[in-house]
Amino acid sequence: MRINPKYTQWGAVTILTSATIFTILILVFIIFFILEKGLPVLGLSFLTENPQEMGKAGGIFPTLIGTIILPVFALLIATPLGISTSVYLAEYTKETRITKVIRFGTDCLAGIPSIIFGLFGYIFFVITLGFGWSILSGGLTLAVMVLPTIIRTSEEAIRAVPNSYRKVSFSLGASRWQTVKKVVLPNALPGIVTGIMLSIGRSIGETAAVIFTAGSSLRIPSSVFDSTRTMAVHFYILAREGISSENAYGTAATLIIAVLFVNLLAYYTMHRFIAKRS
Amino acid sequence: MEKQSSAEYIINIKNLDLFYGKFQALIAVDMLAQKNMITALIGPSGCGKSTLLRCLNRMNDLIRGVKITGKIEINNLDIYSKSTDVTELRKNVGMVFQRPNPFPLSIYDNVVYGLRVAGIRNKTELDEIAEKSLRGAWLWDQVKDKLNHPGLELPLDQQQRLCIARLLAVQPEVILMDEPCSSLDPIATMKIEELMIELKKEYTIVIVTHNMQQASRVSDFTGYMLLGEMIEFDKTVNIFTRPANKLTEEYISGKYG
Repeated sequence: MRINPKYTQWGAVTILTSATIFTILILVFIIFFILEKGLPVLGLSFLTENPQEMGKAGGIFPTLIGTIILPVFALLIATPLGISTSVYLAEYTKETRITKVIRFGTDCLAGIPSIIFGLFGYIFFVITLGFGWSILSGGLTLAVMVLPTIIRTSEEAIRAVPNSYRKVSFSLGASRWQTVKKVVLPNALPGIVTGIMLSIGRSIGETAAVIFTAGSSLRIPSSVFDSTRTMAVHFYILAREGISSENAYGTAATLIIAVLFVNLLAYYTMHRFIAKRS
Repeated sequence: MEKQSSAEYIINIKNLDLFYGKFQALIAVDMLAQKNMITALIGPSGCGKSTLLRCLNRMNDLIRGVKITGKIEINNLDIYSKSTDVTELRKNVGMVFQRPNPFPLSIYDNVVYGLRVAGIRNKTELDEIAEKSLRGAWLWDQVKDKLNHPGLELPLDQQQRLCIARLLAVQPEVILMDEPCSSLDPIATMKIEELMIELKKEYTIVIVTHNMQQASRVSDFTGYMLLGEMIEFDKTVNIFTRPANKLTEEYISGKYG
């Protein structure tokens, strides 16, 4: 028996639409749930005051600093390294067994649970290199953790740049590096920025890799050798130790708003850049 | 092949073989192209005419597994010798591609791309060459008031002339054209053909075309290629009125191709 295509079409649309609505509802529910519990404690004093009694009272100011400084530190290291590697992989090497191994390796690294990176960072940066629990150790660990994401998304973006641009550039006497700099990278930028955004999001929300490497000090750090605590770690400690669920949700709400803000800012900057170029 | 002893040959291809891996795409090709003349390469798809064209500015280097034997001299310099600077060669032997392919940049930035790559930063110099190149490609009057507009906003035929202007800016001697009109309508095609005839006063042009009428309209010399071989090379009038080879005759009379 054949089913009328009209019905299968109707069925497909119904299933796809409900799946989409369901997904969005879950997201909205989570955000709403956390904001509802967190917003009441959120206020200017919550953001600007130091915590008291391990976070039971007071604000979250030091964790704001930690949340900004760790991802920035990590991305400052990972972005140039990652983009350079992706340019090398996409533009400067022929597809050989070695590049396949490198690509497979980065894919595997991207899938490793972050606690493994935390453990690695603890053993290597904190103990072996003697950096201690510090912004330095935490930032380096986060950099290692997000590197595969940056490499793979940048590589895909670079490969998506039409080959005709490269051909024209070469035919006008440009070297490969000039072509990369003037044609390939500007056109791959939106994709590269997406990878960096994902990485910032991952670093901001990371706990396992950070708690073992940057520690959880509530003091405001004065150098990269000081320990710090991020909002995500603060939330984890508040909730796990049962210190204060109000302040835990307040921290979570701040975190969600911060991630949203960073994303909006990045997309706005990118669109400005694209609009300016074309 | 009729030779004029007084003629100045700028391109000299001798016994050229080209392999894509194991497949031989060009077989013992010989060709001479005269200065300030238009040389057309015709033949059915896959005959090797575009491959031959890409040998002249070494664009085939970008394709993996290409092996070349034989010799190509441009201005008496062996372009495949180890001492050849490929960058300089490509500046001297420019290329217009099948599809108009401006960069997603402004008209001005497109035209001066090659100059900037060559390290020219002087604004007045860039402006001068940009205007001269756009005039040379018959595009100045259409775009002089909107040099900051995106090149991709122009109609297709103007885009192709923008690509020609971008090429003229680096001051090549030879211009290679790989089916430059295949994505244009007949009126735009006519305009590009007129432009080519104007350009040959200063440049030497080699064009690959599918369109036999185009070859007969614009070119001074024509080479007919089939399955990687140069079947016949002669003055265009001879090729189209009294071809020496039976295969050429069959092709131009439309028996195949």
